[in-house]
Formats: sequence, structure tokens, C-alpha cells
Amino acid sequence: MKEPLFSAKNLKLLTGPLNLNNPITVQVLGICSALAVTVQLKPAIVMALSVTVVTGFSNLIISSIRNTIPPRIRIIVQLVVIASLVIIVDQLLKAYVYDVSKKLSVFVGLIITNCIVMGRLEAFAMAEKPWRSFLDGVGNGAGYGLILIAVGFFRELLGSGKLLGLQIIPHFLYEMGYKDNGLMILPPMALITIGIIIWIQRSANRELIDKS
Amino acid sequence: MSHLFDIFVRSIFIENMIFAYFLGMCSYLAVSKTVKTSVGLGIAVTFVLIITVPVNWLLENYILKPGALIWLGSDMAGIDLSYLSFIMFIAVIAAIVQLVEMVVEKFSPSLYNALGIFLPLIAVNCAILGASLFMQERDYHTLGEASVFALGSGIGWFLAIASLAAIREKITYSNIPAPLRGLGITFILTGLMAIAFMSFMGIKI
Repeated sequence: MKEPLFSAKNLKLLTGPLNLNNPITVQVLGICSALAVTVQLKPAIVMALSVTVVTGFSNLIISSIRNTIPPRIRIIVQLVVIASLVIIVDQLLKAYVYDVSKKLSVFVGLIITNCIVMGRLEAFAMAEKPWRSFLDGVGNGAGYGLILIAVGFFRELLGSGKLLGLQIIPHFLYEMGYKDNGLMILPPMALITIGIIIWIQRSANRELIDKS
Repeated sequence: MSHLFDIFVRSIFIENMIFAYFLGMCSYLAVSKTVKTSVGLGIAVTFVLIITVPVNWLLENYILKPGALIWLGSDMAGIDLSYLSFIMFIAVIAAIVQLVEMVVEKFSPSLYNALGIFLPLIAVNCAILGASLFMQERDYHTLGEASVFALGSGIGWFLAIASLAAIREKITYSNIPAPLRGLGITFILTGLMAIAFMSFMGIKI
């Protein structure tokens, strides 16, 4: 009775968090460090990858040792595992993409207290087998990354007319009087962009609408 | 003195934890349904901040910084432990939250009951770790600067959550489009409040 690695049930763990069970817009986890890194697309992509790595591997590790962790001290054990993974990610970023790592500043460190990581460990990895937990972690990291990249895409495109630092809005539009929307690069627009994404998502999936 | 006052005002209004850096958003969104609980949480966060940031400042300056171990003898000057700062900071925060919980329970049971579950949850509030990391990144030079920064950040967070809770209580009976209800409108509200807070930008004392 060995099920294939990518059975339909396991695949659902990966795809669920992308839309109907999205960590940011539905579970309301991990908003903290998400928004300040979305002014441009590049830091958003790096942040999305870092979080995916941390959620995936912390889920895998905690799930493998879940039967040996005494329940009373599990929070500390989880924090130590997460913090070690974040230190690895931070050192890698500093070594290979130093400029992005400077831009992310404290937000790499804040992955430790990112509620997605803790939330998935508590809700999933403490009760499930390692491979399924790993998929769940990667899926949630990707769902988080998806929103981050979407917000980063619109903020950089509308705010400075560029994507990944390349000019996208052609010059003749500027000559005709088009102006970049300076408001988009300011922090508050990240919140409003997410609010609009939630609005669109809930209009498309009526079952997500708040009852109250 | 005016320098400390500058840090204080900046950390409350201009570099507000929520409106400028979005730290502590999870509990900010989850707990801001009523004014009473959000005031309790705001006080608890401020309280933990003004203890953890100075402690982490001492840790940073006497143990973790490159060359900080020089007080143990000149041969220790070359040691750089700064890569350990994440794990040390979070350990200090978890320990102090636990300690604060026990002290509050012993000496003020009424406050303890009012705060309830929020007290232990503060350990994973991004605003707490965030303040320690900002303290490290901005390189505050004296313990006084770090403490004033912590107090200001705490008050800023408190103001933000209390005012959002007040607005959310007011809009309970507003006619909001169904898909926007709950989370969506809260995000947009916070965004609008953040735009209002941006008018403080550029103030220099």
C-alpha cells in the first residue's frame, strides 16, 4: 500500500494554497513581512523563494522528528529549527545576491516570526508524514510567493514603469503625457493592492465570502 | 536630549511599526475587532518591547557584534558572532515573554486575565523581533536610544491597533460589497490610515 509520490491527494497539497486556501488572502497568515518588500519585483521574487525554502524544509524537519518532541517545549524546538534555516538562507543571500539582501534588510530575519511558517508547523507538520508535510510547506510558500509577486508586479509596473529594472512603459507614452503613479511606490499602496486582490478573488470564489 | 526626543517622535509617527513597515500585522488584523481587547494587546506589546529591545541591545553590543567580546580579554577581539543574532534575539524574546507572563500573573492577576491568550502569543509577534532587528541595523549608540526607540515603537503600535479597532467598530453596520467584507476592507482601511500617517513624514525635531 504505497501511494505514488505525486498522487492526486498529494498534488492537492501543492495547489490548494495557491488559490482557495491561500495563506495570505484566506488564512491571513504571514502578512507581517510580506508587504514592505514588494516595491519592486526582484526583491519580491527573492523573498518568495526564501520563504518557500524555509516553509518546505522546516515542515520536513519538524515532521521527521515530530514523535520525539515533547509537546510542552515544542514552540522552542520549532523556533530553533526555523531560526537555523533562516540563518542559512540569510547567509546564502548575503553571499550571492548582496544588493537584494541589503534591500530586504530585516525582513529576511523576520521570516522566523512569519506566521505562515509557525502556522503550518502547528497545523500540519506536527501531525503528518514528512513527504506530505514537505509538499504542504512548499505549496504554502508558493501561495505566499504568488501574492507577493503579483503585488510586486503591479507596484513596480505602475509605480516606476519598469519590471525587474527594465523599462516596460514605452517612451512615447511619457511624451504624450503619461505619468508614473508615484503613490504606488509608497508603503500604503501595498495594503490597498492586497485588499483589491482579496476583493477579486472573493468575487470569483463566492464560498470565501465572510458570513458576518 | 532633543536627539532622544527626535527618536521617540520618529518611531511613533514617521517610522510607525504598522503603517511604515507592516510589522505585527497578523495579530493587528486578527485582534482589532473590538477596542477593549486591542487596547490590552497594545499595552502588552509596548511592555514586552521596552524590556526586550534594551536586553537585546546589551547582547548585541557586548556579545554578538564583531569585536564585542573584547571585555573578556584582547585575544577575543577578533571574534564575530553576528550570524547568531537571529537565534539569540528570538530566544531572549521567548524567554522574556514567559517571564513577563509569570510576573504579571503573580502581581496583577486582573491584568493577567484581561490579556489572556495574547500574552504568550506576543513571542511570535513580528513587531517585537522587528524592533530588535531595526535596533541592530540602525546601530543605536547608547542604551538610552534603544530604550526610547522601543517605547516609541510600542506606543505607535498601540495607537495604530486602537484606532483601527475603533474604525472597525464603527463600520459594522456599513453596507460594504460582500466580497470585500471582513479582511478586504480591513486591508484597504489600513492602507488609507497609512496614507494619513504619511503626512507626518519629513518632520524633523
